[in-house]
Amino acid sequence: MATKGPMQDPIVDPMIDPRTGEYAVIAPGHNFKSVTQKIAGIVLTSNTPLGWFFGLMVAAGVATGVVVGCTWLFLKGVGIWGVTIPGAWGFAIINFVWWIGIGHAGTLISAILLLFKQTWRNSINRFAEAMTIFAVVCAGTFPLIHVGRPWLAYWLFPYPNTMNVWPQFRSPLAWDVFAVSTYATISIVFWYVGMIPDFGTLRDRATMPLAKYMYGMLSLGWRGSTRHWIRYESASLLLAGLSTPLVLSVHTVISFDFAVAALAGWHTTIFPPYFVAGAIYSGFAMVITLAIPIRKFYHLEDLVTLRHLDNMAKVMLGTGLIVAYGYGMEVFMSWYSASHWEYFMMWNRMFGPMGWAYWVLILTNITIPLTTLWSRKLRVNVTYLFILSFIINTGMWFERFVIVVTSLYREYLPSSWGTYRATKWDYMIYVGTMGLFTFLFLLFVRFLPMIPMSEIRMMLPQTKVTPGGSNAETVSQESA
Amino acid sequence: MPPREGIYGLLAEFNTPSELVHATEQARLAGYRRMECYTPYPVEEAAEALHFHKTRVPLVCLIGGIMGVTTAFLMETWINVWAYPLNIAGRPLFSWPAFIIPAYEWTILFSGLSAAFGMLALNGLPQLYHPVFNAPNFRNGATTDKFFLCLEAVDPMFSPSGTREFLEQFPAISVVEVDH
Repeated sequence: MATKGPMQDPIVDPMIDPRTGEYAVIAPGHNFKSVTQKIAGIVLTSNTPLGWFFGLMVAAGVATGVVVGCTWLFLKGVGIWGVTIPGAWGFAIINFVWWIGIGHAGTLISAILLLFKQTWRNSINRFAEAMTIFAVVCAGTFPLIHVGRPWLAYWLFPYPNTMNVWPQFRSPLAWDVFAVSTYATISIVFWYVGMIPDFGTLRDRATMPLAKYMYGMLSLGWRGSTRHWIRYESASLLLAGLSTPLVLSVHTVISFDFAVAALAGWHTTIFPPYFVAGAIYSGFAMVITLAIPIRKFYHLEDLVTLRHLDNMAKVMLGTGLIVAYGYGMEVFMSWYSASHWEYFMMWNRMFGPMGWAYWVLILTNITIPLTTLWSRKLRVNVTYLFILSFIINTGMWFERFVIVVTSLYREYLPSSWGTYRATKWDYMIYVGTMGLFTFLFLLFVRFLPMIPMSEIRMMLPQTKVTPGGSNAETVSQESA
Repeated sequence: MPPREGIYGLLAEFNTPSELVHATEQARLAGYRRMECYTPYPVEEAAEALHFHKTRVPLVCLIGGIMGVTTAFLMETWINVWAYPLNIAGRPLFSWPAFIIPAYEWTILFSGLSAAFGMLALNGLPQLYHPVFNAPNFRNGATTDKFFLCLEAVDPMFSPSGTREFLEQFPAISVVEVDH
């Protein structure tokens, strides 16, 4: 690990805290007013940057892939995809697991890091939560369109009907409905509750009547009363405490979709922890993919500092190691199980006709990140991290591809062996969801406060309360 | 319900949380009870000065969670045992370990919704109108960088001139009268 460097060197970088040798979480010199102005200004400005319109147009163009692809799918049926027997699960399930995994880092940041009192998370919390919600939107699309007759997807829910037919709760697919719908609901509620005080700030700082009206309605009349704050903090903490087991359970339930099936390569007990770690790994990579351009484009380097990138890279290193352990254990167990089927599955996964996918996965998920993330120099190298985040998410997509496809296309009966080849409609809908995600995210950064102002205020030194009311730091607030 | 006309209270504006907490403590010592602080972020010391410790949000959340787990588990049992029994690979109809997973999810769903909506209900939100918004300086600072103490007119200690005098002994930026 990087032990040399800033600790020994004379400290000249103002971003490095002289006491700890770490990068500061927030650049020095900020006060309540300056952080408010900076964050609210992005939303309340009347000059929308041209780049934003350009990005929105491109994203909307790519998102038409979902519209066109789904229209054709609804007209023709799932036969337009590459799914066949034995490979009945294809891109739809791969993309579903990939997207929902990406969402998990948002909940981890907003909930688990809150419980651990990791205050550095405050800067990235809001847009990580937004990322969660938009990723769940993209994820949720796939099982719905995969059911074959999506207009009957509501049959998945237990509702009284004249057919007297009910769901079957011993099936992991029914568990999935409950897990994902709960996850989407609680994520949206947590996100909205977090924004209420900031909507109050936007309402009070807006000049346009429409903005005043809209943010006023959204703020629910928030006025910052202390009694309200105490209940609000209590509810936030409870939501964080509830989201923590929720986020762990969601990917666990998704891994049950595989692990409960008696298929070689799926039927293992390591799936839940290994899926959750992989989800967080890919989610942090996505947070980095989003955070780096945003902090650059909106000049938020003071609030989303190198410390954040460094910490996120460390989380990726940790979860990446768990994922590596999972891969290693899969290989070990397929040998140690002494099961012919398991043994063949692993051989086929590595050296079969689609073996290249396994080695892409090992290269992008294990070799490249886990050898380089130990270096602090690389962890704070913005360009490197940005590229690495794409590499990791490619790897995580291939992980799901390998799990879904290689176990299915050569299963127990050699007479039913087949192959899997995705069609252009598979690719169109997959790429389309990336456009949809970007589109929603761009709307979010324009119209909603992407950094929680009230939580950033809590991290400033001016919040210190001295007994007796005298405060020598009074002047420090007036500089803005 | 307090009368909907006349003076609501006196609103003092402070620059720092320390001044606010000090003034609140002094007001409480002087015998004021009907008062409220308004801050741009949660100031725990202000809540202590107001002697406001307990919230019922956790209780609401707990009740929600118990309702969630009971609802989900009973629903699953009723559906899979009585309403629509299916033989799935010879497993028992009452497969309670499998029922735990949706029940677990609904525990979280119900308790999370109870915590969020319970918090809003206990806070009396949404409430788009409130007298403090009538103060000319309130919206400029209360959600940005200023700290407010409002001594309310319903307090028996309150008198427009006496309370103003009391508040002006602190280094407040301003003390303004708030109308309904």
